[in-house]
Amino acid sequence: MSLLNDLATQLASGEVQVVDLTHTLDPDFPVIILPPEFGQCARFRMEEISAYDHRGPAWKWHNLTLSEHTGTHFDAPAHWISGRDLPNNSVDEIDPSQFVGPVVVIDCSKGAAQDEDYELTPEFITAWEGEHGRIPEDAWVLMRTDWSKKSGAEYLNMREDGAHSPGPTPEGILFLINARKIRGFGTETVGTDAGQGSHYSPPYPAHFYLHGAGKFGLQCLANLDQLPPTGAILMAAPLKIKNGTGSPLRVMALVPAPETRTTR
Amino acid sequence: MTTPLSPPPKKDPQKRTLSPTRPPEARSRAFLGLSAAAAEGRFALQKCSECATFQYPPRDACGSCLSTDLKWTDCAPEGTILAQTTVRTSTKLFFRERAPWRTGTVQLDAGPVIICHVHGDCERNGRVKLINRLDRSGQAVLLALPDKRSLNMEDDPQLREMTSDPKHRRALITDGRQDNAPALAKALLEAGASIVFVGESETWRPYPTRAPLLEMNEIELLPLDVTDSQSVLKQTGEIGGKTDILINNARFLRAGGALARGDTGFAKDEMEVNYFGLMRLAQAFGPAMCARTADGVNSAVAWVNILSVHALSNLPEFGCFSASHAAARSLSQSLRADFRGAGLRVMNLYVGPTEDDWHQPVPPPKVMPAALARSMIQGLQHGLEETYCGDVAKDLYERFLDHPNVLEREMTLAGDGA
Repeated sequence: MSLLNDLATQLASGEVQVVDLTHTLDPDFPVIILPPEFGQCARFRMEEISAYDHRGPAWKWHNLTLSEHTGTHFDAPAHWISGRDLPNNSVDEIDPSQFVGPVVVIDCSKGAAQDEDYELTPEFITAWEGEHGRIPEDAWVLMRTDWSKKSGAEYLNMREDGAHSPGPTPEGILFLINARKIRGFGTETVGTDAGQGSHYSPPYPAHFYLHGAGKFGLQCLANLDQLPPTGAILMAAPLKIKNGTGSPLRVMALVPAPETRTTR
Repeated sequence: MTTPLSPPPKKDPQKRTLSPTRPPEARSRAFLGLSAAAAEGRFALQKCSECATFQYPPRDACGSCLSTDLKWTDCAPEGTILAQTTVRTSTKLFFRERAPWRTGTVQLDAGPVIICHVHGDCERNGRVKLINRLDRSGQAVLLALPDKRSLNMEDDPQLREMTSDPKHRRALITDGRQDNAPALAKALLEAGASIVFVGESETWRPYPTRAPLLEMNEIELLPLDVTDSQSVLKQTGEIGGKTDILINNARFLRAGGALARGDTGFAKDEMEVNYFGLMRLAQAFGPAMCARTADGVNSAVAWVNILSVHALSNLPEFGCFSASHAAARSLSQSLRADFRGAGLRVMNLYVGPTEDDWHQPVPPPKVMPAALARSMIQGLQHGLEETYCGDVAKDLYERFLDHPNVLEREMTLAGDGA
């Protein structure tokens, strides 16, 4: 167990740091918007049960309302029709060892700053690997776009022709799944797919292919600019909801302190 | 002519806000028919079914033939002043604070002699037109107006005590996203409102009514989401003390009854907005408004709910939505009891199908936003509690009054099969 003792020591000394990749659950944080005749994602709401008052003199607590897919959240394979028949496809059935693992961060922030519909392609991924090394098997891959720094209307970037935000192409996500055998894919935007993702074939390719292959999704992530391209450990454990298709969660990463990082 | 009402000066921060006082409330049960008529702005008196005599004051048996079959009937409001006087002091706080107060007796053309308040522009022994209005205690009073319009007559202090006129007042429209928000705001400003606050939910997604709202002067967009208690409380903290008229136009609407939907998702959204939204607004803004009903020219005066007329009787095509509005209507009655003591008036503005996306498959007639806005302003200027906009709403209300159970059967027919 010396490895964990070492980790504890390094956490205490600051050699290993904890980065919070989670947005605060806030009633005014955007959720995905679907055509209004469809069912909608519940917004986060908090109602006081009591606040040290006549409703409960010595304690304060709240009832919450939210969707499985409100705020920073995890997508299980059961979320999509392509993953509906897979074994262990809901958040309560996933092997907990899957909730802690290696993570690589592909920095698309320059492209996303210039193009709101920026696409992550296999070519960009292999070029990134040329610089940082091959993506290890069973790793989380996070697409950094710095989109989490946007707020208000800029975040969904909704117009009459739909939302505009970056995401992977069908080929991009298939490359990560088939050629790199990733564990899951995460983004800073409201979904794992691009804002215009419904116009790809298949529609919403990241959701369709990831969950069809039993892979996981993370979205509405923050602080990806504080992660190294490689070498961090991601901790993303959804709530254990019976037959849950996803869950809001606290996503954290263990990273080496910047001064101890070695660059390849 | 009446001296025009001046815009109120800015509030003196060193002066105590006047506590609301009320005119006397006690009336006989028979009298309440007159208040019910006043709530709708109707001038009605009891009419004997046997000898056709109009009665005044309201009573249990005909003053002419002792028949007990007296029906509230709309009555010609014209008459002639017999005597008039000006009360300069009173043991009642409400009148003491508002003296001088003009009262008189009027010989109605329809028969009875009535005692009433008298508008300042009425001439001695002149021809007058009676109106039946609610006073600040929520009871009917009759007021004689000059038979021909006089200049600024709506600014008469006695008349203004009985109305919810938007002139020089500050209004809040709770949901800027609704199709009717620009028309309501425009109508309020044209009726003399000094500013219209408009609540804006979820600023992270655009909406088409924002641009026309922003084009108007004296409009202030403020964050407000009736489904979020914290948001409502926060906005009360900001503008609760200067909201004189609250217009709750927030609405969530989808077609279908319980079986057509198969889940409770949209029904919950409907209750969150249409019922709990009203409750949150009332809990937050109600106390602040009730404390300011005697605060001068721009006192808090009215709370307006825009309700589906199917709150009265369910429309199965919008079955769950109708149910949420029935709940809201019931809550509005409870709010009337809560607000009555302060003299804050709850006006329910009932409407049939409106011209919007969700009623697109519904055949006309449908109510346009401008028509809804006109009804709202008229209701406020007449100090109403109940008003119906459009033929569908008026017709349904008449059928409801005639026989609610027959109406229910009419509304819930399945249609003949083959």
